[in-house]
Amino acid sequence: MARQTEPAAGTATIIRPSTLGRLGAAPSSGRARARRFGDVIRRVAARPGGFIGLLVVALILLCAVFAPQIATHNPDAIDLAHRFAPPSLEHFFGTDQLGRDLFSRQIHGSRVAMGVALSAILIGLSLGVVLGVAAAYTTSAVERAITILFDAISSFPSIILALALVAVVGPSLLMVVLVVALTLVPQFGRVTLAQVLSVINMPFIEAEQVIGASKLRIVIHHVIPNTLAPVGILAAMEVPVVIALEAALSFLGLGIQPPLASWGSLLQDGYQNLSKGYTPAIIACLVLAIVTLGFTLCGEALRDAIDPKSRRRA
Amino acid sequence: MAGHYFLRRAATAAISIVSAMTLLFCLIAAIPGDPASVLLGPQASAEFSRQFIEEMGLNRPVYERILLFFANVATGNLGVDVITGRTVSAIVLAALPSTISLALVSILIAVAVGLPLGIFAATHRGSPSDAILAVVSIIFVSMPSFILGIIFLVVFSVWLDWLPILGTGTGLGDQLQRLILPAAVLSLGYIGLLARLIRSSMLEVLGESYIRTSRAFGISNWRITYAYALRNALLPTLAALGMIAGRVLGGAVLIEILFARQGLGTTLYDAIVSRNFPVMQGVVFVVVVIFVLVQLVVELSYSLVDPRIRAKRQEG
Repeated sequence: MARQTEPAAGTATIIRPSTLGRLGAAPSSGRARARRFGDVIRRVAARPGGFIGLLVVALILLCAVFAPQIATHNPDAIDLAHRFAPPSLEHFFGTDQLGRDLFSRQIHGSRVAMGVALSAILIGLSLGVVLGVAAAYTTSAVERAITILFDAISSFPSIILALALVAVVGPSLLMVVLVVALTLVPQFGRVTLAQVLSVINMPFIEAEQVIGASKLRIVIHHVIPNTLAPVGILAAMEVPVVIALEAALSFLGLGIQPPLASWGSLLQDGYQNLSKGYTPAIIACLVLAIVTLGFTLCGEALRDAIDPKSRRRA
Repeated sequence: MAGHYFLRRAATAAISIVSAMTLLFCLIAAIPGDPASVLLGPQASAEFSRQFIEEMGLNRPVYERILLFFANVATGNLGVDVITGRTVSAIVLAALPSTISLALVSILIAVAVGLPLGIFAATHRGSPSDAILAVVSIIFVSMPSFILGIIFLVVFSVWLDWLPILGTGTGLGDQLQRLILPAAVLSLGYIGLLARLIRSSMLEVLGESYIRTSRAFGISNWRITYAYALRNALLPTLAALGMIAGRVLGGAVLIEILFARQGLGTTLYDAIVSRNFPVMQGVVFVVVVIFVLVQLVVELSYSLVDPRIRAKRQEG
């Protein structure tokens, strides 16, 4: 098979048009879509890595949704009589420097992490897709301007850009989301642009044009749905990266502000009080390590399930 | 023409640097609110904040600030630290060697360990050690480096009590000793990444027909693996090195803060915490320049090493 030339070399995920047949090129009913979704999940779960990943992801999502029900204590309740308590039946993970229950804080931390990750990725993805489609569909001058914007954003290591912006605006939950979203825009944009360029000349698009479908209709009903597979894979692969970035910012005290419990600030609390005991720091490390591992496994299994050929490219 | 291609890539890199800084200035200007009150805190006197705004040039329009910044950069002037009065270029130059050595040693370790592991995994495909390697790699690839850093700190300084590991150190021996742990932390994830990358590209190359032909000619397995397959399998790795170098640079920021090393990362962090705007701007600029240059070098060397790419680019 002749290898496709890739319009944007260096993009992380490349979906070849040949794999698109079963990925929604044709409009389909809701039920067919649901069946295909179930099929992808089954294929993800069929690999041991994907199964573990799905398990972790499901667990984290459950924790985030049902945090108040799962938590054994109020995460912000201060109990100075029981500071630095070791793990026990009363406090599964022990307590912190203010006597707050660490298990409950970790559980509530999943809300912050998932909230930040999902909203940042959603914003970054939407902007990226819009800019990517715009770059493919407009004049070459606009395309060049958009590519320069992508290059400009990706000229910063993302943690540096985030630090620089947070320094000026002051740290807050909203800023963290927006800054992280900004660092994601070029990746989604480039994948979308590459994908649109490879779809745009396919026979079924030409057929639509011949029938007389408007440009807007073609973009919304045919071009964008065809970019969703690689964009979705990228989104899944970015979740652990975003969780790590938010944790890093919060760890440095430049992300989520106290008393809100985030995985990064919990790590910071544990790190600051290492001399009093290492359990809180180690637990915070383990939580972050397991969560990023779970989401990475899940993302990779998803990529392999949707685009088996990319497996060889790692 | 090859020269033409080099020039075009260099121009793109320069545009990236300029547009990146322009973007940063625009974002800062576009953010609502008074930067002086954020930078100085609400307690700052009106007189002081007015003086500050003037000194930072924050009262000028954005385009003027950008032009001024690049005019200064062109003469080697990155600005002056508002707190100590030192020039930002002196501060950056003092911090640079420690960060560069940390990043370089980490990348060296990653290549030196990841490359043999990847080759081993590819030549022993499906063996138990291949499976173990795959599991260990994914664990280290997915783990954020600062998490690994904290685990290492706890293990080595709290449990094993192997001090000193913090700080940059004085004297070559001491500096090297203190470099080992942070560099190891930073490289572990990339060892896994490189091993996986080399394994998969080795497997791809080993499946090519010229390898089969070589086998048919009775060329030794060793020669096929190392002399024929590896050379082509290394190419995607080279491309990945640019990405890795960038991430190492970003990761070094956190690792420096964790291990209390004096470097670009700690300088940036201190500047942010103390609201030292010119230093922050200067450090970010230098990081962007290094980041873009590394990618340029990697991309150019990529086409130098691979004649197929060179040919394709000369056509197009």
